[in-house]
Amino acid sequence: MMRTYAGHSDARRSNELYRGNLAKGQTGLSVAFDLPTQTGYDPDHELARGEVGKVGVSIADLDDMRTLLDGIPLDQMNTSMTINATAAWLLALYIVTAEAQGVTENELQGTTQNDILKEYLSRGTYAFPPGPSMRLIADTIAYTVEHVPKWNPINICSYHLQEAGATPVQEIAYAMSNAIAVLDAVSERVDEGLMGAVFGRISFFVNAGVRFIEEHAKLRAMAVLWDELGLERYGVQDERHRRFRYGVQVNSLGLTEAQPENNAYRIALEALAVTLGRSVRARAVQLPAWNEALGLPRPWDQQWSLRLQQILAYETDLLDYPDIFEGSKVMEGLVAELLDGAREEMKRVQELGGAVEAVDYMKAALVESHRARINRIESGELVVVGVNRYTETAPSPLTADGEGGILVVDPEVEAERRAALEEWRSRRDQAAVDAALAELARAARDDSENIMFATIAAARAGATTGEWAQTLRSEFGGYRAPTGVGDAASVPSEELAELRDEVERVSESLGRRLKILVGKPGLDGHSNGAEQIAVRARDVGMDVVYQGIRLTPAEIATSAAQEGVHVVGLSILSGSHAQLIPSVIEALGEAGAGEVPVIVGGIIPDADAVRLRAAGVAAVYTPKDFDLNRIMHEIVELVAERQRVQAGVRA
Amino acid sequence: MAEGADLGERLRTGDLSAAPAVLNLVENRSPAARSETAQLLAAVSPSALGHEPPAQVVGVTGPPGVGKSSLLSRLVSEWRARRRSVAVLAVDPSSRRSGGSLLGDRARIEVDPADREVYIRSTAVGDRLGGLAPATRAAASALAAAFDVVVIETVGVGQSETEVADVADTVAVVVQPGSGDVLQFLKSGIMEIPDVLVVTKADLGRPAMRALADLRAALRSLGAREIPVIAVSSIPPPTGICELVDTLDAHRAALDLPARRLRARRLHALADFSAEYGDRGVRALGGRRAAERWLEQQDPGLDVAELERTLAAQASRNS
Repeated sequence: MMRTYAGHSDARRSNELYRGNLAKGQTGLSVAFDLPTQTGYDPDHELARGEVGKVGVSIADLDDMRTLLDGIPLDQMNTSMTINATAAWLLALYIVTAEAQGVTENELQGTTQNDILKEYLSRGTYAFPPGPSMRLIADTIAYTVEHVPKWNPINICSYHLQEAGATPVQEIAYAMSNAIAVLDAVSERVDEGLMGAVFGRISFFVNAGVRFIEEHAKLRAMAVLWDELGLERYGVQDERHRRFRYGVQVNSLGLTEAQPENNAYRIALEALAVTLGRSVRARAVQLPAWNEALGLPRPWDQQWSLRLQQILAYETDLLDYPDIFEGSKVMEGLVAELLDGAREEMKRVQELGGAVEAVDYMKAALVESHRARINRIESGELVVVGVNRYTETAPSPLTADGEGGILVVDPEVEAERRAALEEWRSRRDQAAVDAALAELARAARDDSENIMFATIAAARAGATTGEWAQTLRSEFGGYRAPTGVGDAASVPSEELAELRDEVERVSESLGRRLKILVGKPGLDGHSNGAEQIAVRARDVGMDVVYQGIRLTPAEIATSAAQEGVHVVGLSILSGSHAQLIPSVIEALGEAGAGEVPVIVGGIIPDADAVRLRAAGVAAVYTPKDFDLNRIMHEIVELVAERQRVQAGVRA
Repeated sequence: MAEGADLGERLRTGDLSAAPAVLNLVENRSPAARSETAQLLAAVSPSALGHEPPAQVVGVTGPPGVGKSSLLSRLVSEWRARRRSVAVLAVDPSSRRSGGSLLGDRARIEVDPADREVYIRSTAVGDRLGGLAPATRAAASALAAAFDVVVIETVGVGQSETEVADVADTVAVVVQPGSGDVLQFLKSGIMEIPDVLVVTKADLGRPAMRALADLRAALRSLGAREIPVIAVSSIPPPTGICELVDTLDAHRAALDLPARRLRARRLHALADFSAEYGDRGVRALGGRRAAERWLEQQDPGLDVAELERTLAAQASRNS
């Protein structure tokens, strides 16, 4: 199956995009939701500011879902929804929308990602604490196994673990441990006889990096472990139920902002990892666009990615042969090595009490792996063409146009969405909504009930995404995931000695230690960059205030003022910098910390960087600034300059 | 500059917005800043105010992972519901490495960022194991002049609650069900008996009730049956928080406050002295215990800086 991950702005514009893609030969839908929808906030919520329609489509109510799928026959469609914390809700909207098309739920085909542990570990779009989140997952699985039998209720994602820095061993081990936690939770909520079917409905969403031989071995190792797990832990007798089924999106972490055209090759090689050997070939492949590290891809960029899949499938002889690695000594050796490592790591997680209990441990391990990776890029040990070697380049015609070769979401979308939501609220039966939400709250309190029934009823009654999530937040409580930065190792000290001296000298002149706040405003959960900056700042001797993701500008400003920091570093990758950064600067002024300099890191197009600097930002860093020590040096100089003390570098 | 005196004046008039500048000053180790800090502390001393700084100074301590931060979130909102302003000095457990530190504590305390009557400041632990950051004592005495409640949060069992007890009016030690080490520490005398014991995760039901019973039995065997032991749950619906606040209030009300504060100032001066003059200085005073006894004989009206000066004079007479 071929699809591209798509959706932006509102339901109407995304519907046009889908119909266009289907006409070009795409065979399924892969819906990207915006961050407010993913984290359970309506477009008019404070945290949604700047994020509405940015990284995907905004879906707040039934009307939006109907518009999104208008004219697309749901009985023939296979729809993948990248949705997790609010998966139960979006699935409910989908089911109710299908009803209106005359399609019953048992005909529906598709996937909800619905994997919460990797949200805590990597992606950041969680909404509720681990316990209740696992219950929501178990409830959707239990519901679909009976009522929507062709649906894949969960896609265990190892993809995002690799994005967060996982080694192949960690990717395998944590994904399998995650699956165990889910299956254990479901086994308490369905009849024993259904566990075979449950096991068979679980699919994976994996990553494929550019070291494509090892990556292929990784998939073979996962297939072995999955089969073993089914047979031994859950007693699944039917071999078909134990087959390792997975979809794939190839690696984004390795895609570079520098010389972005090279990414087209990387993507092609990565696609081989998941297609070469027939016995573990991916069921669905999504390829990112070449310019993903720059911003949101345009329709043409997505078409280019789709064409690559079509060339692989229809021009090459890739699909003509049985498994070409069968009997390969090298492949067998690689697989065995990965299996040994993964089994050991899985044991460790089980000893900690399973994946839910081991979130802190796994998060710290990932931050540490990522730190080691960055270090290897900095030292040149890990070659990244165009970034730390072969950096000379002629100007690229691909990024020559004004907006730098990316799609820019119309800033009017947010206001339109707020107005549409208000209109929806005014014309629905409020009493029915109130009753449905009260019933949802009651079902949430009663652990023995399947929450899907009340969720579908709330969707039908006209509740909004934010109302559904807020009702559950009130019952389950909020949650803040571990940041994992506390346990990351320090880099060997010699490399940093000079920088440490510099920080010491400036701290000495300041009278107290140089203090930095690293903040992630908005709903963007991609915290790699912020985490690595925080860890390095500590390693060079700064006091670092890092509060994790999802902070409002007011929260960041209050912290900065109360903590007495000398500099604020903000990280945003969701494209909402144009709105959020000026808001933070304004809030800092209101909190009495207007003099504190602000630096920004993220996926920031050049034109936006100019605007941010004009708005008062002291420095802007993008993924091509991989040399963290240089950034640290510039931070120290910035603070010294603003505080009028000697930076203390050689006179 | 008269920064210390100005800040002292702002605190005396209840200006809570002075808090960040106060902390920036007391954390500053430069000689100029230290003399300003002395001015600040003099401006909020009982002799300048005519009474003890009115705040309730609460120490909250316990092993890592017992849920102190969630508990603090609930406590802060309960205090706010009772219209009391709150300052939290979080001494972060993250160890210093290469001089730097990662301060993650405030992330776990949920407050309304628009609420100007809540102040949170995190500080890395000092170089000494389990010790209070040097500035924390000064910050607590200064903020006590303006805030209704000043909380000092530290991590650990054994050394840390002793140090917090030097500063706080009331010390609450927080434990979770199944943490037998606290029980052992209490019985073996490694840990001093706190003013209040808090058992978290009461939502677990039976294990929490059992921990409660074990602690009460241990306290009885130590002849300390009057020490309150309270079970709380921080997850919705929170329980025991109201009772805990009432218990902290009751302890504070029954306390000989001037005596406890006087002791705090003397120990503060000794801590500053030993930070400045090191082990050699403390030896010149005949050791820590002798220094404490000597301090007990000094004029109760002296402020921290004056006490430190008398200690320095005494040490130089002895050496």
